[in-house]
Amino acid sequence: MAGKTIPIHSASAFEYLTTKKDELVGWARKFSLFPYPFVTACCAMEFMAVSSTPYDTDRFGAALPRFSPRQSDLLMVVGTLTHKQAPILRKVYEQMCEPKWVMAFGACATSGGFYQNYAAVAGIDKVIPVDIYVPGCPPRPETVIDGIMKLQDLIARSKHPLLTADF
Amino acid sequence: MALGVLDGVKERLAGKVQEASVSHGVLVLELAPPEVLATIQRLKSEFLFDLFLDVTAVDWLGQSPRFEVVYHFYSTAHRVRLRLKTRVPEEDPTVDSLVPLYGSARYMERECHDMYGIVFRGNPDLRPILLYEGFAGHPLRKDYPKRAEQPLVRYRDSPGGRS
Amino acid sequence: MNARLPNPVRSAFTKTERDDAVIVNIGPSHPATHGTIQIIAELDGEKVVRADAHCGYLHRGFEKECESHTWHNLIPYVDRLNYCSALVNDFAYCEAVEKLMGIEITPRCKILRTLLSEYSRIADHLTCIAASLMELGAMTAFLYLVMIRDFIYEHLADLTGARVTYTYGRIGGLARDLPAGWLARLEQILDEYEVFVGRVHGLMDRNRIFIDRTRNVGAISTAEAINWGFTGPILRSTGAPRDLRKDTPYLAYAELDFEVPVGVNGDNYDRYYVRMREMDESLHMIRQLVDMLPDGPISVDDRRCTLPEKRLVYTEIESLINHFKLIMEGPQVPAGEVYSAHEAPNGELGFYLVSTGSGTPYKVHVRSPSFVHMGGVHRLMEGYQLADIIPTFGSVNMIGGECDR
Repeated sequence: MAGKTIPIHSASAFEYLTTKKDELVGWARKFSLFPYPFVTACCAMEFMAVSSTPYDTDRFGAALPRFSPRQSDLLMVVGTLTHKQAPILRKVYEQMCEPKWVMAFGACATSGGFYQNYAAVAGIDKVIPVDIYVPGCPPRPETVIDGIMKLQDLIARSKHPLLTADF
Repeated sequence: MALGVLDGVKERLAGKVQEASVSHGVLVLELAPPEVLATIQRLKSEFLFDLFLDVTAVDWLGQSPRFEVVYHFYSTAHRVRLRLKTRVPEEDPTVDSLVPLYGSARYMERECHDMYGIVFRGNPDLRPILLYEGFAGHPLRKDYPKRAEQPLVRYRDSPGGRS
Repeated sequence: MNARLPNPVRSAFTKTERDDAVIVNIGPSHPATHGTIQIIAELDGEKVVRADAHCGYLHRGFEKECESHTWHNLIPYVDRLNYCSALVNDFAYCEAVEKLMGIEITPRCKILRTLLSEYSRIADHLTCIAASLMELGAMTAFLYLVMIRDFIYEHLADLTGARVTYTYGRIGGLARDLPAGWLARLEQILDEYEVFVGRVHGLMDRNRIFIDRTRNVGAISTAEAINWGFTGPILRSTGAPRDLRKDTPYLAYAELDFEVPVGVNGDNYDRYYVRMREMDESLHMIRQLVDMLPDGPISVDDRRCTLPEKRLVYTEIESLINHFKLIMEGPQVPAGEVYSAHEAPNGELGFYLVSTGSGTPYKVHVRSPSFVHMGGVHRLMEGYQLADIIPTFGSVNMIGGECDR
């Protein structure tokens, strides 16, 4: 899960070992993201476009969508979240296992977009924690790829505890 | 051709109709609520208005009767449209349901009930369709504030990224 | 559901009629329900006995938003109804307002609107067919069709500035005129389209697996379809040649030469084929329209709705005030009501507008084809297998933004 970034200067051999381990695991995790496309609205069109030619998320390892929360690690909330849909999103997020990341794809997922009324939730971060926000209505595929790359940097910089809370 | 049908409708239904006019190529009939089902039955059988397009309501807040229920029909044979309006009061916003005549009435009447609170007598299923269980009120009424949200999931304490 | 999380819907049935029947829940987060439909089905083995479709998970309060914005401000909202073919929504809405205001659009605008409506129709049908084929496992066909759709998106981005939701229609005309070289690129895209769609025809039309999965599945008769309110390709697949572009022509359709493809059985295969043929007819119409395109202004020269040129706004006081009033108060639309319908790729898309004479609408209602189809989709699913729900639902082309508004 995303945690503190790794300090550059550290004296002990144990920390050298964990740093290297984190780099290796981070590298593996960032290039094998399994997205769960929680698709609701218009951003789905750009999601389909970014998954196919010529933009292709397969180059980043994030091609294979897994439509089960148990088998995926990147929850991409694509489109507007309404109050009716919010319990479903919360349930899907809770069913995903660690490590997991959340991408708010589009203006409506980021902040509610221009739907400021009784029906739409003003941003999915009111309901689940978000790691990366991709703005746009809908975002161009290049923006989405930029978002995925920034998320990959975040994963690479994070700590990845495997056995205990420290290692 | 099309106008001939509309004239025919106007003539034959004269007794039941309070007002009839043509607006942008569509015949508009205004009726009292008890006449609605019988008139639509005649429109379907005699005049072949077989496609039920839409039912919605307009909230004339401040006027009495407050709600105006608006139906739209289309005849695939004659290729004309027709609008039917009726006024219902706030205390008893009830109209007869068109479910016995048209299958498509089920969902459209559910939506009108959700949004405005119009009760369709005879529709077996008036569950919320666009809104959710537990939503109180009818949002398209003019006295429902636009931003009055009724969240189902408790908001997180610190909105934003991971805390 | 989890005890802490409330269930937003109440099912129509919770008990099965037979002891060995099972109730399953499909959606609302499901790849094949196109995002946001929940289908609660009672199954007898693999056969669907009853199905109850729940929509509303994308209800974004469009009609309530309309009442607090000016007539112009609504155009972005209207785009996001049927987001696969956003231009059709723009033009249908603008035409309804123009009817209320009594404005007649210029000839160039009329031809351009028709051309772009057909172009959007191609994009919508490409998306629908690509998604349905992918759900059946035909990944190659999906990639071919989405590639053409991407060319169309980039091309429209050259014209309007956006790929998916354009906000290009304006009351009284269009936002801007065609850039140089646009029509040449259009010709190139139409040629590439023919190549790619030819390949998809080769892969799917006589494909044994595709035919087995879609022939006689989800069939409906014309009378049933009209009873349940189906319009558009679904009604045409049953054999009834009902098309608003021919029956009650609007824009420039009366001057065009095109056919209305109809199906035979009203099953999934017919819907696929009707959409493929409609795309070809749209192509034919676009080529005719490019030849018919006249020169001239694209927006009608009417101070009530068209923004004055920027140059004049900065130099003349009258244009400045006109611009200010149009933006802040909105175009003043005379009191009245209108219902105006276009033949959207899904069926009859109608706008019912009520105005009380000001710059903001009193009521805007969208007669959305997808919503009405949701009311009848259970008739297409009952009696068939659980696995048939996927292609049937894909062929109905339910678009969430339009269904739930």
